[in-house]
Amino acid sequence: MSRTNYDAIVIGAGSAGLAIAYYLTLEGLQVLVLDSEASPGQGQNKAAIGGVRATHSDGAKITLCLQSLEFYSTFEEKTGIDLGWVPGGYSFPVYREEEEKILKGILPTQKKNGLVIDWYGPERIKELIPGINENGLRGGTFSPGDGQVSPLKYAAALWKESKDRGCEYHFKEPVTRLVVKQGRIHGVKTGKGVYHSDIVVNAAGSYAKEIGAMAGIEIPVVPDCHEAGISAPMERFFDPLVVDIRPGPEGKTKNFYFGQNDRGQVIFCYTPLVPILGTNRENTSEFMTVIARRMIDLIPRLKNMLIRRVWRGLYPMTPDGIIILDRVREVKGFYLAVGMCGQGFMLGPGVGLNMANFILRGKPVIPQEIWNSISFYRDYYAGRKEALK
Amino acid sequence: MSRAKGESKQAQSGGFRVLSHPILAVVERPEISFTFNGNPMKAYEGEVVTTALFAGGVQVFGHHPRDGSPQGIFCANGQCSQCTVLVDGLPVKGCMVPVRAGMKIGSCEGSPALPADDDLPAFREIPAIETDVLIIGGGPAGINAAIELGLLGAKTLVVDDKNEFGGKLTLQTHTFFGSRDDCYAGTRGIEIARILTHQLERFPSVSVMLGTTAVGAFCDKQVGLQQGGNYFQVKPRAVLVACGAREKNLAFQGCDLPGVYGAGAFQTLLNRDLVRPTERLFIVGGGNVGLITGYHAIQAGIKVVGLVEALPRCGGYKVHLDKLRRLGVPIHTSHTILRAEGAEKLERITIAGVDGNFKPVAGTERSYRVDTLLIAVGLSPVNELYEKLVEYGIECYKAGDAEEIAEASAAIFSGKITGRKIARSLGYEIDIPDEWNSTAAILRSKPGRTAQPDLPRLERRVYPLIRCVQEIPCNPCADSCPRNSIALRGDSIMNNPVFDGDCIGCANCVAVCPGLAIGLIMPEYDAESKTSLLVLPYELDTKDLAAGRRVETVDMEGNAVGVGTIVAFRTSNIDAKRKIVSIEVPADEAYSVAGFAVLVPEAGESGAVAAEPVPDDTIICRCERITAGEVRGEIRAGVRDMNILKATIRTGMGACGGKTCTELILRLYREMDVDLSEVTLPTNRPFTAEVPLGVFAGAGSEGGEA
Repeated sequence: MSRTNYDAIVIGAGSAGLAIAYYLTLEGLQVLVLDSEASPGQGQNKAAIGGVRATHSDGAKITLCLQSLEFYSTFEEKTGIDLGWVPGGYSFPVYREEEEKILKGILPTQKKNGLVIDWYGPERIKELIPGINENGLRGGTFSPGDGQVSPLKYAAALWKESKDRGCEYHFKEPVTRLVVKQGRIHGVKTGKGVYHSDIVVNAAGSYAKEIGAMAGIEIPVVPDCHEAGISAPMERFFDPLVVDIRPGPEGKTKNFYFGQNDRGQVIFCYTPLVPILGTNRENTSEFMTVIARRMIDLIPRLKNMLIRRVWRGLYPMTPDGIIILDRVREVKGFYLAVGMCGQGFMLGPGVGLNMANFILRGKPVIPQEIWNSISFYRDYYAGRKEALK
Repeated sequence: MSRAKGESKQAQSGGFRVLSHPILAVVERPEISFTFNGNPMKAYEGEVVTTALFAGGVQVFGHHPRDGSPQGIFCANGQCSQCTVLVDGLPVKGCMVPVRAGMKIGSCEGSPALPADDDLPAFREIPAIETDVLIIGGGPAGINAAIELGLLGAKTLVVDDKNEFGGKLTLQTHTFFGSRDDCYAGTRGIEIARILTHQLERFPSVSVMLGTTAVGAFCDKQVGLQQGGNYFQVKPRAVLVACGAREKNLAFQGCDLPGVYGAGAFQTLLNRDLVRPTERLFIVGGGNVGLITGYHAIQAGIKVVGLVEALPRCGGYKVHLDKLRRLGVPIHTSHTILRAEGAEKLERITIAGVDGNFKPVAGTERSYRVDTLLIAVGLSPVNELYEKLVEYGIECYKAGDAEEIAEASAAIFSGKITGRKIARSLGYEIDIPDEWNSTAAILRSKPGRTAQPDLPRLERRVYPLIRCVQEIPCNPCADSCPRNSIALRGDSIMNNPVFDGDCIGCANCVAVCPGLAIGLIMPEYDAESKTSLLVLPYELDTKDLAAGRRVETVDMEGNAVGVGTIVAFRTSNIDAKRKIVSIEVPADEAYSVAGFAVLVPEAGESGAVAAEPVPDDTIICRCERITAGEVRGEIRAGVRDMNILKATIRTGMGACGGKTCTELILRLYREMDVDLSEVTLPTNRPFTAEVPLGVFAGAGSEGGEA
């Protein structure tokens, strides 16, 4: 007979769910993870480009990502497992006054929250990004503590590490119902059976809204989609992840970003100017023709880079672009780690650490006031917006 | 770069070029100069980089970043990326890029550096191509579909990634089976390619793009095409995927060594490009591809040291098998390849007998010194693009090998039928004749029963001895006889032929039989010394056909019979490439003799090696250099989703996108008794080939034509 009673059930084996399950397992809980896909990280985790930065404008994201960075940068040392960590920092090169204003304007908040970041002149940016278009380059920010990790390696590593410690994973088993009685959660139901637990965590990413509805809870998470691609490996020639927050002249891109990973492959992505809502993950003919011009315009030598593969992933967005970590007051024992807004991977370890502490001890690791700002019950329309989305 | 022994001497004399060939015309071509790693080399204008390098004795194109292992050719067909070299500093698949005068080619050592070329290029509009039908692949299926559409005036674009049409027909120097009326039976594949290409040119509604790869299909119903430095977007009403097949891979120790490559790659080098890449060749696989390739090699004067087939019998046509056996090639059935060895390049192989479970039997190992080992263990359809088109709801069809692996004659029919199906979908009122479908089915059929040869002893001056005893779709002999004395035994083209009637000794039947299974006999040639005269087909170099030469005669299957004497030879009436040779043999041996040996079989050396067929250090994923041991470790750890293998050990993450390793990994799952229904296949994503970023931006440097 296989087990049906667990200390905690996590719905979703993605960037967030894996980390929550991992930390809960480390705390000695018997955890079950359910996912509709065939293996861990097969939703949006594997679509992430792997950049991990604490360079945000929002205090909660800064602090959570600093914890993620701590996790990623020391994981190999602690476990012997390589996650493809490249400590190359993030750089936002700037060509126009308006972007200079935005970036300089958020430096105080970033520094206050513990981020090592500064503004540098064009010479330093040229050193960081060899071959960058010098025409009109005003300078930019550089935050050396940021870096890159392989999302795929991260998912596989957390899965194996938690599994080895007794965490159970059921794949190809979507949750069909939540068992809720008298304002309390008792477990979940799938096509294969009922699993009991007093703690259920919704970490279902792009499908968080549907899972919430099973408990009668309206979660304001709507996915939109972004395309990404990867090159063939090349000898390393730049270290930082590069973000250009200028909107594109073609009228389709809000910003774009890329970095060279531990294998020497350049991974790249753009944010569509007008969000493309929905869960469609099919490739479009437009993506490469648009991003190619933007990247070559920024670093002309990239014109000779071979493009290997493209894909499309989802950003489960909240109205204010900031994540939700909380417990559901109306359904005791039901927790939310949702609305990662396309940053589940960089937030993941920080999310896992804080959720595990919150579930077990009633309080997160990050300061309570910051935690309150990512509450499910906040005002999503108070005018707060992440500036570096 | 180190070279295997024997190569350097040959390289100096330019000995890797075919200077004369019994079938192929060796024509003068303009010579150009290029450099490889700074050394000056010569090439013929228009040939691809890898061919030019092979012709200059270079078979190692670089070393892998993971472990420094030497990288050689594998497919020569743009499917794998083994032959990546640096052309003017940029990595390219050497098998797809024509060499140009003054080109600076370098071996690809580790991960290449991106050149510091910081000029901002101009961006051109990406042209949108309008067409009703896009046909991907200009081989027998694609061309015939285009002809059907062209006859109706349907706007059609045919693209092919090579620089000439014909697909694999351009490699097929042998004459075709099938029927003369339907699919050019009795004509050589290279000729059929020419005939079809000419037909294609007749239709104003059909346009063509060569050197053009369909790199991806997209959800907005577009298909992306790359031609040189240019990118095009096509939005067709229907797409035909007719891009053929790729060769299956086989995992064994040393399978990744330069010198171990696909039979198709060898045919490309030899028959398309007239390069003779080997002196001593061994073949794995006794299907038609392996058997025919062995014959092609012997025609080019290459020593075929042997052929292994894991099954107790070769799966190819008996007539193809018999050609090799008569020439003296040892055919090792119920044998497998155990190991390939060499420092930078193949030097030696070891084979072994297998038991009923295909496990090697200890003590049966034999080693042979060879420089090249060809893998001919079957083909898989190139259908990734088709699957994407289906996924994205684009009206699409497939034909030829992309639909079902079969002979090119079947592909011709499948192309015709599919061309009409597409026309109907576009609204043309046109029928598909029932007999087309039945002919296609027959041409696709596997060989049937094999009978005993019926060699009647007739009281005639001269008559044919027909040794065609296996049921295969073929009838040119029946059409060739001016006296109509040869007929098939039944209504089906699968039936064997029989002689009944007159014979004038014209030897047309000898000249036309694609299986070389017909000879003439003159029983009483010299009544006094009791000899007979045999008239046999011959397709090798004629230098050894001096009258009066004594030859060791063999029967149809290559068993020694006795000794004969060459009397004369002549060019056949109906095929200028085939010779008709007459030999005098003792009358009591005459009905046994079907040929004479050319090669001296070698026994190899016995030498015990570990009889483990796929040891843990065998390379499974060539692009990322992942071993069987690494894959087995993951399977043992419970991984059932091949997408996780991508994350943990990177199988399928390389340039080819899992085209070569996916099947090998599935074989390891099977070997470890995993139920394959539990295994999730890797996700297939664009692009089908790597494309420079600048091409997508309209910033490519080369001109193209649409």
